[in-house]
Amino acid sequence: MERVLTLLSFGPEGWGDDIAAGVVVTVSLALATLPLGLVIGFLIALGKRSSDRYLRLAANIYTTLFRGLPELLTLFLVFYGVQIGLQRLLHLFDPTANIEVNAFVAGMVALGAVFSSYASEVFLAAFRAIPQGQYEGSIAVGLSSLQTMRLIILPQLVRLALPGLSNLWLILLKDTALVSVIGLADILRQSGIAARVTKEAFLFFGIACLIYLVLAMLSSIVLNAIERWTERSGVSR
Amino acid sequence: MSAEQTLTVDRPPVEKPRWTHQRTIGVVLLCVWAALALAVLVFMVDAWDPAIFQRYLPRYLSGLWITVKLVVVSVLLGALLSIPIAYGRTSRNGIVSAIAYAYVYFFRGTPLLAQTFLVYYGLGSFRPELQAVGLWTFFREAWYCAVFAFTLNTAAYQAEILRGAIESVRRGQWEAAAALGLSKLQTIRKIIIPQAMIVALRPYGNEIILMIKGSAIVAIITIYDLMGETRRAYSQTFDFQTYIWAAVIYLAMVEVLRNLVDWIERRITRHLKR
Repeated sequence: MERVLTLLSFGPEGWGDDIAAGVVVTVSLALATLPLGLVIGFLIALGKRSSDRYLRLAANIYTTLFRGLPELLTLFLVFYGVQIGLQRLLHLFDPTANIEVNAFVAGMVALGAVFSSYASEVFLAAFRAIPQGQYEGSIAVGLSSLQTMRLIILPQLVRLALPGLSNLWLILLKDTALVSVIGLADILRQSGIAARVTKEAFLFFGIACLIYLVLAMLSSIVLNAIERWTERSGVSR
Repeated sequence: MSAEQTLTVDRPPVEKPRWTHQRTIGVVLLCVWAALALAVLVFMVDAWDPAIFQRYLPRYLSGLWITVKLVVVSVLLGALLSIPIAYGRTSRNGIVSAIAYAYVYFFRGTPLLAQTFLVYYGLGSFRPELQAVGLWTFFREAWYCAVFAFTLNTAAYQAEILRGAIESVRRGQWEAAAALGLSKLQTIRKIIIPQAMIVALRPYGNEIILMIKGSAIVAIITIYDLMGETRRAYSQTFDFQTYIWAAVIYLAMVEVLRNLVDWIERRITRHLKR
């Protein structure tokens, strides 16, 4: 027991500080991906409900692509593919140039692409749940289409899309574990290093799982609070 | 206004299809997709090497087979395991339902990768104990560890699907079946399951798709599934088209499955369409 406590302490003997650093990396990656994924997902959803055939097609290709590929493969495609692509592009101008893609940015882009393709479906379903009368009503009171979106549709959309988006956030939090494979020092990588050095694999991977559980619980509490807050403005039934 | 006057009024001109902003954006985006597809195609043709193709085609096929085997085995075993868990979740016994809830919460709340590591590396900590009960030969193999971890994981998700689907069938169906004198097993088999399956089909399809995508991570614990073969091919050739081939195969698998689920759903809900 004492040995376990020493191993988990924050001192030079323990791995507590390393794992805490991993938690910071995981949480900041998830938090950095969230706005990116939300914005792109919203734009894709707008594209999907456009009256124009070509725009719908372009948006659907995006979803099919990133929903169908394994997250790990997307990560590798971004990490290596973008690197190679940029390298080739750069060599056109400067044959000696060398470029390296940051693992954090690669993770953000890959997870953001996956998140946004799922988020666009959530937004789309939420859009469909808003009655046509809301649009007609806002035209009748003379709002422009941008005002309609901002003042009438978006507030309702947030409420309708929140349960689906909460789910996606929990999935995103779990998916961040994949970036440990491309060398980002997140929870899983740090506990993996600790496991290899101390030969206490079960302890450290168990701790990693528990940390993910705690993060999920904390997110649930926050998300529930947000949900209650948005429901204030809902129609009381 | 007389009748002649109304007759002379021209019909409004037919509105010509206008070139809208949305169409501009759509065309531009499609051009971007086309350019990307073209770039990938040019890259593939440029890097095309029959020797590499000949050498790696059988390996990719064997990797694909491993992936399919892993997904099929763990989804089937998970389906079996999910029945008692779903039963536990709906149980009125507080302790049983708490255990089932904790199980589901743990496996749905932690990353599959961490669970796989916990089984593959973590259980090595208990080597003497496992050897004593004769399970070490099982947990020594990466393949069995992966199947074990994936089964536990998918069982948690499938238990929730099963529970949701069975609870979606109205109470009256149970009562009517009881009134007709059907036994509990008959009720479940003939009344509840057919109705619950309509609700459960899509979530089950999604779960299988998630498993196909999730199975890529077993490459990290040294199993040569499709992803593992891809990583090996890339590390040997430094040829990026290895990843593109894998992407195409995974996409094809997922799309086929998705369309299959759509088709089955259309068929089994024919009686609900008006």
